[in-house]
Amino acid sequence: MVHLTRKIEFSASHFYWNPAWSEQENHRVFGKCANRHGHGHNYVLEVTVAGEPDPVTGMVLDLKELKDILRREVSARMDHRHLNYEVRELEGKIPTTENIAAVIWNLLQAAIPQGRLHRVRLYESPELYVDCYGPGPGGAA
Amino acid sequence: MRLHLTRRYRFAASHRLHTARLSEEANRRVYGKCANPHGHGHNYVLDVTLAGPVDAATGMIANLADLDPFVEREVLDAFDHRNLNEEIAAFRDRVPTAENICIEIFNRLRAFPQARLERVRLEETGNNTFEYAG
Repeated sequence: MVHLTRKIEFSASHFYWNPAWSEQENHRVFGKCANRHGHGHNYVLEVTVAGEPDPVTGMVLDLKELKDILRREVSARMDHRHLNYEVRELEGKIPTTENIAAVIWNLLQAAIPQGRLHRVRLYESPELYVDCYGPGPGGAA
Repeated sequence: MRLHLTRRYRFAASHRLHTARLSEEANRRVYGKCANPHGHGHNYVLDVTLAGPVDAATGMIANLADLDPFVEREVLDAFDHRNLNEEIAAFRDRVPTAENICIEIFNRLRAFPQARLERVRLEETGNNTFEYAG
């Protein structure tokens, strides 16, 4: 079994807000992340696919193909976008790193033709990242 | 979804690798220059990993507004710009190797009330990394 990891970056804006709460409660829980004008990050996404190398090509998954999938499924949806307003899959969800990673997992899981999606690692900053390992205990995101 | 959140912290501390259970010669042989009596220091990088569930109301495994002060209080206040041999009670009779520091930090953080501590990862230098998951 071999694990292959491909990295991409995208930049997006967001803010945290729970519409069921008062303005005061949102500011208390989310702090400056609740600023409704939004703010942004340079996200770094590392996608890891596990599998056996194809006997003919020697590849778990053609990196060129993975690059195209990441561009289509992630960059086209999220790069230079406002995550609260422009990403359908995040509608009704607070665009935390946890929720974005889970959405990216679902998008890629459906799109990767070869190998098995092992992990989605999403850095919001070099000091904060979330790993998603797919469905399982841990709460619906 | 199985989700883990990892937050990175840094602290700088000095230590000396030396044990009274070994002779001076054996200490020197086992620990080399790390046994230098006056100690030496490192810029430690600490990655703290928490496991889900994600809170449906916040979309978060843990709010950094809870985690950061907890780590600050339990670890960074005690470790940053300190001499680990002299100033951390756990290292009075245990050698403050990165392995033992990792375990001590894990034990201090496992009581975090808002999420389950999954793992602690400690970089002593860019070349040496240690992980402890209990």
